[in-house]
Amino acid sequence: MLVTQVIANGLVLGGIYGCIAAGFSLVWGVLNIINILHGSLILLGAYIAFFAHQLFGIHPFMAIVPAAALLFVAGYLLQAVVINRVINATVLVTLTLTFGLNLMLDNAMIVAFRADFRKVTIEGARGSYEILGAALPADRVAGMALAVLIVVTLFLLLKYTRMGRAIVAVRMDRDAAALMGVNVVRTYALTFAIGAALAGAAGAILSMIFPISPTTSSVYLGKAFIVCVLGGLGSVPGVLVGGIALGLVESAGAVLLGPDHALTIAFLLLIVLLLVRPQGIMGRKGYQ
Amino acid sequence: MRLALVIAALAAAGIALSLTGNPYAMRVATTALMYAGLALSWNVIGGYTGYPSFATAAFFGVGAYTGAIMQNAGLPVWQAWLAAPLVSAALAAAIGFAILRLRGHYFAVGSLVIPEVLREIVNSASITGGGMGLNLPVVRLSIQQQGSLFLAAMGIITVAALIMTLRIDRGRLGIAFRCIEQNEAAAVMIGVNATLYKVVAFTLSGLLAGAVGGVYANWINYIDPSDAFDVLISVKPIVMVLLGGAGTVYGPLLGAGLFVLLEEVIWRNFLTVHTGILGLIIVLLILFLPQGAARLSPLALINTLMRKRAGGEGVS
Repeated sequence: MLVTQVIANGLVLGGIYGCIAAGFSLVWGVLNIINILHGSLILLGAYIAFFAHQLFGIHPFMAIVPAAALLFVAGYLLQAVVINRVINATVLVTLTLTFGLNLMLDNAMIVAFRADFRKVTIEGARGSYEILGAALPADRVAGMALAVLIVVTLFLLLKYTRMGRAIVAVRMDRDAAALMGVNVVRTYALTFAIGAALAGAAGAILSMIFPISPTTSSVYLGKAFIVCVLGGLGSVPGVLVGGIALGLVESAGAVLLGPDHALTIAFLLLIVLLLVRPQGIMGRKGYQ
Repeated sequence: MRLALVIAALAAAGIALSLTGNPYAMRVATTALMYAGLALSWNVIGGYTGYPSFATAAFFGVGAYTGAIMQNAGLPVWQAWLAAPLVSAALAAAIGFAILRLRGHYFAVGSLVIPEVLREIVNSASITGGGMGLNLPVVRLSIQQQGSLFLAAMGIITVAALIMTLRIDRGRLGIAFRCIEQNEAAAVMIGVNATLYKVVAFTLSGLLAGAVGGVYANWINYIDPSDAFDVLISVKPIVMVLLGGAGTVYGPLLGAGLFVLLEEVIWRNFLTVHTGILGLIIVLLILFLPQGAARLSPLALINTLMRKRAGGEGVS
């Protein structure tokens, strides 16, 4: 069944795309920064998982925890020490800053990890399920389930914890939040740290599914952006909706036009959506 | 007057270089002029209208491929060099119409994706040679003469770009562009047709980048998708403009010259980490000279003086 296979592939990819975009969306929504580093942070997470598996035999899904933790710390420091200095500057300034940081990180990764493609291969992969004639590799389905779980955790974190409420408050109105006693600078650093941790977690999941190389960071950055705009900026459920939309379109496009054109299709979809519904599928107009 | 002096200085330097015939110096000079053309190209859309475009590589690459495909079909060089900017400008106008509805971050990343998409298309099409790239027919001149030819061609593009920028700066276009940069909603309110002017700015920017791309293809003799649509082709001109002063006539020229010299020194001394050091320079530039290096650098000071004096003649 080709149709069910396409839909199944789209849903599995979509869940993972949602996780890729979650941190990017959070940073964009709260800090108003396009974090060009995001793709490279994902790869850094993937490399942490790769080496955790190679050196200590840790399963990549277990490596989500150390990858997220390490990137949380790195993200906090980066925001507190570097990015907060220009947080109020224009679009071009913050974007160029993260681009410069990205060049440094990419170069460092190429020197440290070499540029060749690598992938975690697990002994005795768990085979695949078959649902309605669609074959689903077990590892991918598990990866998607974890990815969705991570996004749901983010949702609950923002909704029910003190820190999460502070982040949402800063996003809605920074000055009012500051007057209510929220430490804005610290909240910014925490937000960026959570964004980086999400990138690390997504990377650990990806390391089992896609081959990784420092040269592919822009692919993940592009996907994160498209998912974010599709789903609506700064909406956590929107990230999942946007991710699944992109996943479905890509898997259908790969069958119809061939896998080489995934990005072209996604970009055309994006342009059409922006012309028709600029606030995204789940976004609300006027809610900044 | 100042323009005449700048052109005379460029021409004198170019002729002197050609006479001494030092291939290395001529190569660096051609690179500097190439980036000056690209920086002036970005300056129109990014500097004057304030739209942070990352699409320069798209128009550069399309110019390069237009020239290469035409010459491989047997057409003469001069026709290819004239067609390259026109095709790029037409593409910029078409894409601009859709993408210039986006603002701020959305526009920035939307424009960043254009070269990536074009790279994918060029990679899989047969007329472009796919991932193998295209070789160009060699121009029938001695190595020495070729060097002079490409130096002169890049120089002519830079001078044309300077003249264009000056016309924009002093004319109606400049007023409209700056209005849009300062407050687009207000500009629309007082009757500026913002969409039209934004598309014009994007098209002019594409025209210049396409011209540079066309000459580049012949100069290098071989193009492939990852080179012609390299993201650094989009980013370096931005850094150069920030270095020299955005929205000024001569800032991009100065920024490009300075940047290419700086990069040359880094590249020669730190081969494996030169992109990392480039990143570091960008970060330091942004952190210590925020709001565009324009305000503090000595270059910008010269620029401000130039603009103040130019202000007497027309728009300030």
